[in-house]
Amino acid sequence: MKYLLLKHYRGGPTSDVDWAPMDQWTPEEVDAHVRYMRDFAARLEETGEFVDTQALAPDGAFVRYDGEGRPPVTDGPFAETKDLIAGWYVIDVDSWDRAVQLAGELSAAPGPGGKPMQEWLEVRPFYGVPAAVTE
Amino acid sequence: MNELLLRELVPAVIGVLVRRGADFASAEDAVQEALIRALDTWPDDPPRDPKAWLVAVAWRKFLDAARAEASRRGRELAQQVEPPAGPAPATDDTLRLYFVCAHPTLPQASAVALTLRAVGGLTTRQIATAYLVPEATMAQRISRAKRRTSGLRLDQPGDLGTVLRVLYLVFNEGYSGDVDLAAEAIRLTRQLVALTDEPEVAGLLALMLLHHARRASRTGPGGRLVPLGEQDRSRWDTGLIAEGVAILQTALARDRLGEYQAQAAIAALHADARNTAETDWVQIVEWYDELLLLTDSPVVRLNRAVAVGEADGPQAGLAALADLNPGLPRYAAVTAYLHERADDLEQAAERYAQASRAATSVPERDHLTREAARVRQLLRP
Repeated sequence: MKYLLLKHYRGGPTSDVDWAPMDQWTPEEVDAHVRYMRDFAARLEETGEFVDTQALAPDGAFVRYDGEGRPPVTDGPFAETKDLIAGWYVIDVDSWDRAVQLAGELSAAPGPGGKPMQEWLEVRPFYGVPAAVTE
Repeated sequence: MNELLLRELVPAVIGVLVRRGADFASAEDAVQEALIRALDTWPDDPPRDPKAWLVAVAWRKFLDAARAEASRRGRELAQQVEPPAGPAPATDDTLRLYFVCAHPTLPQASAVALTLRAVGGLTTRQIATAYLVPEATMAQRISRAKRRTSGLRLDQPGDLGTVLRVLYLVFNEGYSGDVDLAAEAIRLTRQLVALTDEPEVAGLLALMLLHHARRASRTGPGGRLVPLGEQDRSRWDTGLIAEGVAILQTALARDRLGEYQAQAAIAALHADARNTAETDWVQIVEWYDELLLLTDSPVVRLNRAVAVGEADGPQAGLAALADLNPGLPRYAAVTAYLHERADDLEQAAERYAQASRAATSVPERDHLTREAARVRQLLRP
């Protein structure tokens, strides 16, 4: 079963611990965080659960159709990064519980002082392929 | 026979098929099929004459495809069964392939893919993996590109400038998947040097070799970017540097300067120095001035400002930035660096943070975030 672990710049059902932006951490704290994220992907590859990971730049815009012969309307750049998607992992695991466990690990990425950041991650199952045998 | 030797045969085999009367697009498809079969069967059953094997299999694939096409259209296949012998030497065939694959009418991504397949002898799957797109997407990109080249005459001289641009693009893609694109670009440029007599081709080869020589030192533990000034120069490949410098000197002696030679000259001056302080920045600025005369691009001006900052001090560097658009990629990073050299740490930290938000890759973003963090730490009491 494939799941998306979606990371937002900030956001979730309750507000996060309000961490300072990364450029205000110490260089060692930045390194530790970057290393943790990298090791997480490496670990998933080792267990055969890794599918994909991508990161998104904070800029961009909303775009929509605006009628025949007119250029699309854009709204952007975004006023604030809150709720913007920062990136994702796609994992292929045996169960929902395993997906939750992995999201929990990812959310433990260290912040200032080496403390787990406890950022909210959105975990979403992919629709699968229809089963060949249904009866 | 290893895979590289096999790939080296690909352009010549395409050339043979074209000279026998096949159109470029069908010939290239047929050779790709033969190549995939060779990769599959040669390890267990190597042919005595690899090139003859490839020609025979590819020609058969071509005839099969042509017959299928003819019967689909309800027509007889009139000719092409008896291959006429072609007089043109294989080197010209290969050179023409470079021109067709990197034709100025093709979108860059298509030119890159077509060059890697027809000249480089890579499979569609390898190219797709290297560029992180699905194989079907890459196959489509290549076949659309070939349709666009279908009206082109293969006996026309081509545009060497776009060929060099395509090769440099491939080089800059670096290493991803199971194909080392930088090494492949060097191989293809080396081959092009042997086929042409243009100092700029040699200039591009020298530039690639000089950059490639520093590759190992450019990333630290965990893929961290290491900027030039902090690289462990004992890890630079002196063999590649010596080769790059020798090629460059021969090219420069011909007195037909071009942008790749000028860039290679700058890279050679860096390669020559034991550290940033001992780098001949004055001469580097002079080369940037030459480069500006050849190609007045904002990116060159931006890089020149860094060199001016080293040669004449950070204030001069900042002044050299004056009429550039702050929206340029790496503008904020260059400003940050110059402000730090000028001891304006507040500005430097602010600019590094700004640069990290404008970064175009994750390693670059992480590096710039870390630079901001490093400077902020210096500011803390």
